[in-house]
Amino acid sequence: MGEIIANNKNTNLRTEEMVVQMGPQHPSTHGVLRLEVTLDGEIVTDVKPHIGYLHRCFEKQCEAMSNYQQVIPYLDRLDYIAAISMEWSYVLAVEKLLKIQLPERVEYIRVIMAELQRIASHIIAIGTYGLDMGAFTPFLFLMRDREMILDIFERTCGARLLYNYFWIGGLSHDVPLDFIDRTRQFCNKFKKTIVEVNNLLSYNEIFIKRTANVGVLPADVAINFATSGPVLRGSGVNWDLRRDDPYSIYDKFNWEVQVGKGERGILGDCWDRYMVRCREMEQSVKIIEQALNQIPEGDVKSAIPKRIRPNVGKMYVRTEAPRGELGIYLLSDGSTSPYRVKARSSCFVNLSVLPEISKGAMFADLVAIIGSIDIVLGEIDR
Amino acid sequence: MDKFLTDILGSEIGSYIIIAILPLVFIVPYALFAVWLERKVSAKMQDRLGPMYTGGWHGWAQTIADIIKLLQKEDIVPTVADKKLHLLAPFIVFVGSYAAFAAIPFSIEYIGSNLNLGLFYIIAVSSLVVVGLLMAGWASNNKWSLLGAMRSVAQIVSYEIPTALSLLAVIMIAGTMNLQEINQMQTGWFWNWFIFQKFPFVFLAFIIYFVASLAEVNRTPFDIPEAESELVAGYHTEYTGMKFAMFFLAEYANMFAVSAIASAVFLGGWNSPFGDFMSGQFWGVFWFVAKGIFFIFIQMWLRWTLPRLRVDQLMYVSWKVLTPWAFVCIFGIGLWLVL
Repeated sequence: MGEIIANNKNTNLRTEEMVVQMGPQHPSTHGVLRLEVTLDGEIVTDVKPHIGYLHRCFEKQCEAMSNYQQVIPYLDRLDYIAAISMEWSYVLAVEKLLKIQLPERVEYIRVIMAELQRIASHIIAIGTYGLDMGAFTPFLFLMRDREMILDIFERTCGARLLYNYFWIGGLSHDVPLDFIDRTRQFCNKFKKTIVEVNNLLSYNEIFIKRTANVGVLPADVAINFATSGPVLRGSGVNWDLRRDDPYSIYDKFNWEVQVGKGERGILGDCWDRYMVRCREMEQSVKIIEQALNQIPEGDVKSAIPKRIRPNVGKMYVRTEAPRGELGIYLLSDGSTSPYRVKARSSCFVNLSVLPEISKGAMFADLVAIIGSIDIVLGEIDR
Repeated sequence: MDKFLTDILGSEIGSYIIIAILPLVFIVPYALFAVWLERKVSAKMQDRLGPMYTGGWHGWAQTIADIIKLLQKEDIVPTVADKKLHLLAPFIVFVGSYAAFAAIPFSIEYIGSNLNLGLFYIIAVSSLVVVGLLMAGWASNNKWSLLGAMRSVAQIVSYEIPTALSLLAVIMIAGTMNLQEINQMQTGWFWNWFIFQKFPFVFLAFIIYFVASLAEVNRTPFDIPEAESELVAGYHTEYTGMKFAMFFLAEYANMFAVSAIASAVFLGGWNSPFGDFMSGQFWGVFWFVAKGIFFIFIQMWLRWTLPRLRVDQLMYVSWKVLTPWAFVCIFGIGLWLVL
């Protein structure tokens, strides 16, 4: 495609370039992202992402809270598709500052919840990616199963999207009695759905044609841009914080980090990134099943002081959220509210590779590339 | 048909007007039904229910309610739009697809106009749609609409070639372009249908025709001109109310037109598949519409199963796959006829 542009220049055929504003209201920008796209016919010559339409002063708001606990609901609103994973980073940071030891049961429930959340989040990523490619049906199949996850969450903490479930030193509630049965039921059903979606979408010839060899992100570029999560692993870099910088009890389970292998095209193309998510869902099911078998009885709240007042200090904690590495930097001045909360957003970093990998692609490819990066604007703009 | 009507009405002009209006009487209820069917088919495939409340039984009145809603909508014309073209475009699109119905044989008696060049006429007149689409895209003064219009023109023009070539293969066997005569040649049991003759060439031509016709009516996997996730709504982004409904109606009318040609040319048209069983005036219409709806069902089936192709891949399919194979069909049938 780059050749076509070069040819046009060689033949002195001056073609007018068109600047198109893609977004903030556009079905494929997955939120209120605006892209300033320069088009030469159907070929993208330049992309400039403009962000900030969803800015909510998250970090400043955190400082205004009267205690540490009150920050958690704001965390939910970062990546609202994967709220549990957002909570976890912050809660972990505070707990490390306080040096709290958590009960076993809490850790197990947290892992199960976070992995359920990862599946729910990847369902959205994969489903809407299908929508971007014009395939409607897999999206609805996946959403049907996501409903089961949301029901589990609803029965546990009363909310379906923004949970406020991980509290400092434990959880807001214990899980309901039928939690284990329901989660098992979901796991069994979801294994079939993954096969169904693979048949319908992942290995569909048209889908492969649309996504293989498109938006190739080489491993070195991915590392230089500090990408993380499925975007990084899609380029073949074997890096997952759950294994490489273990937190909680992930080291107790038997699972594998999924990386892109370049099966259908060049390593690091959209299909690889997509497929990493598909396979991660299988791995998450695996982790959940193991955790369900081992989950102990016990308390879900550890003994923490009524007023949380960490010593003066700082803490940086990173966890593997569904979209990549979420880092929370916490600065405590010894008072009851955080002095500073800084979030290192994975989507923000991942989005920065977009101009790099979409130059010279077709316009339809741009949609495929945005979808494969899988951004949530709530986390980018904060 | 026209003779019969002239006898009743006593005037030729009156009968011609009725003949001209009859397809419209068919198209509107059909389009209402097809939109409802599309919703129900997609719902069935996606594990949903679809409309269930409006009208009582399985939401049968949903599309009627939609049309009433569209009628009430404000007709918005963008201030910078080319007003005349903007107004004219939906009508040209509809005329293009409606005019094709003039030469479609619904039964042994009923055909709007029994042209000797029926098939040729349909292919030619349905190209008018392209003009309307380009007008709509250009007049809206919207970059997205223009992109959609450019895509759809490129697509429809290039897919007309395999369409015409695959039909040409059948015309070579039939030796006529009169659709009524082509249908009469296929009378009898279903193995007399053209699709089962000169195997595999006509069958191949049928597949080529069907794929190309999908592209001509902008259905998935070739729905690139209105690619929802890329161009939002393509050329009809800036249309509201009844003008939008006209595009919609034209799309569904077009879907039936291409399905009707497929059934008339390849699947015996109004002929019953079982010889004399269930054949006759009324049954002719029944079989013809049933075959048309069957093809429309397949179009829906594909739409809710497959993703969308990219523009260059679309062109690749047309020029490097369908067109050469259409030539193979013509060559094969020609050789068969000579030998």
